[in-house]
Order: sequence, then structure tokens, then C-alpha cells
Amino acid sequence: MSENVQRLLIIIRHSPTGSSWVREALETALVGAALGQSISLLFMGEGVLALLPAQQSGPLGQKGTGAMIDVLPMYDIEQLHVTDASLEHLGLRRSQLACDTGPAEPAELIAQSDLVLNF
Amino acid sequence: MHEEMPLPMNYALLVMGAPYSQQAAHSALRFAMALPARGHRVGTVFFYHDGVYNASRLMTPPRDEPHLLERWCELHDQQQTQLLVCVASGLRRGLLDQREAQRHEREAHTLEAPFELTGLGQLIEAGLTHDRLLTFAP
Repeated sequence: MSENVQRLLIIIRHSPTGSSWVREALETALVGAALGQSISLLFMGEGVLALLPAQQSGPLGQKGTGAMIDVLPMYDIEQLHVTDASLEHLGLRRSQLACDTGPAEPAELIAQSDLVLNF
Repeated sequence: MHEEMPLPMNYALLVMGAPYSQQAAHSALRFAMALPARGHRVGTVFFYHDGVYNASRLMTPPRDEPHLLERWCELHDQQQTQLLVCVASGLRRGLLDQREAQRHEREAHTLEAPFELTGLGQLIEAGLTHDRLLTFAP
């Protein structure tokens, strides 16, 4: 692995249940962090639902994604961004989310990143 | 006057759409095949999510439809493209090479060279080592 640290932005737009997108996005984030990359996560649209507390396993019968969200700080992934518009659209307040998040301007985040992966 | 050629670039593609059911894989192949005309190439294709089905060696489309497995192999032959399949996504969906098939005591393998089972780290590595990484998702 090269010694360069790249700024990797992972955008999560799907709900945590009903498909494997969120789990596969978070796996990518964890592997990237394990390889020493600087990881930011941007939750948009239904992706914000992945940050609600007490996630259960969904219809796919796989482990829920809540446990993966919980371990993010242990991987030094502390930049979790959620757009105000997504919260408003879902009728949620930032304080209802299971972890600390900051507001986001997607265009700025994308411009600051070396690599953007969209799930 | 000759048209000026752009700087040659080495691309990585992330393919997350299943063959035949989504456009993603078809678009990725068309993009990849068009690159050499402009002096570029695809160094790596990483198959993730439902994209792993592109590697099924048993795929048998009707004769008058594009054979995506053969197209990927052509790409490998023409541009020496690495065809990397996420092992975690692959195993769940039944994409096993001979070694994994033996290890899990399956009666057949469904993936073979030039496709390779690899970890997600190779996707991150591809992002670092290629000039561009483009996602083709459903």
C-alpha cells in the first residue's frame, strides 16, 4: 500500500434495511480506515435512517448496520455529515441521531475529497 | 492539423450492477472499450455488490445478445485489465473460485481467471494508484 493518505468520501443514500447498500458502504469505509485513509461519511436522503438508534436486522436477515456505525470512532472515522435538507425531509432532528453529526454542504465535501464513492 | 491527444490516463472502474438486469455493466464495458481510441486504458475493474455476477463463468446468454463474460475477458486481453471481484460480496452470491469451492466443499466453482477474488482493500488501493476511479452503479 502506498504511503499517501487520500481523503475518501463515502456517500450513503439508501435506507439501512431492504438492501445491502449501507452495509457494503460501511464495509468500504472500515477497510479504507484500516488502510490508513482519511474517511468522511455523508448521509443523504434515506441514508440518514442508518443513524437512528436501536437498528434491528432488516428483511435481508443480515446483521443490522447499527453495530458498524457504533465502531466507526474506533476506526478514527469521526466525520459524519448529514444535510439539514435530508433531516427536514424525514421529519427528524439532529438530536435524534445515535451519534454526533455535523451539517454538510455536499458540493464542498466532494470538492475536498480525492475519491468519492456513492452507495 | 492533428487533434491534440489528451494525456494518457489509467482508469479504474467500480462496477456494482448485475449483468443483463441493469445498464451499469454494459455502460462500463462500452466506456472501457472506447478508451484506447483516446490513448487511455482501464487498469482495473473492481466488481462489488451485484456487480460480482459479471464474473460468473457459467453465464449463458442467448446467442444474439452480448456475452458480457466474454466482453470482460476481451477487455483483459486487450488492455491487460485486472478483473477483481470482492470476495465477501462474491461468496454470499455464489461466486467461488476453485480454491474457495474446495474450502467450502461446494461441488463446482463459478469464477475463474482472468477474474480474481480479492478483498475490499484492493478497491481502496485502486483509488490510490489509478488516475481516475469511475463508478458504474444501478
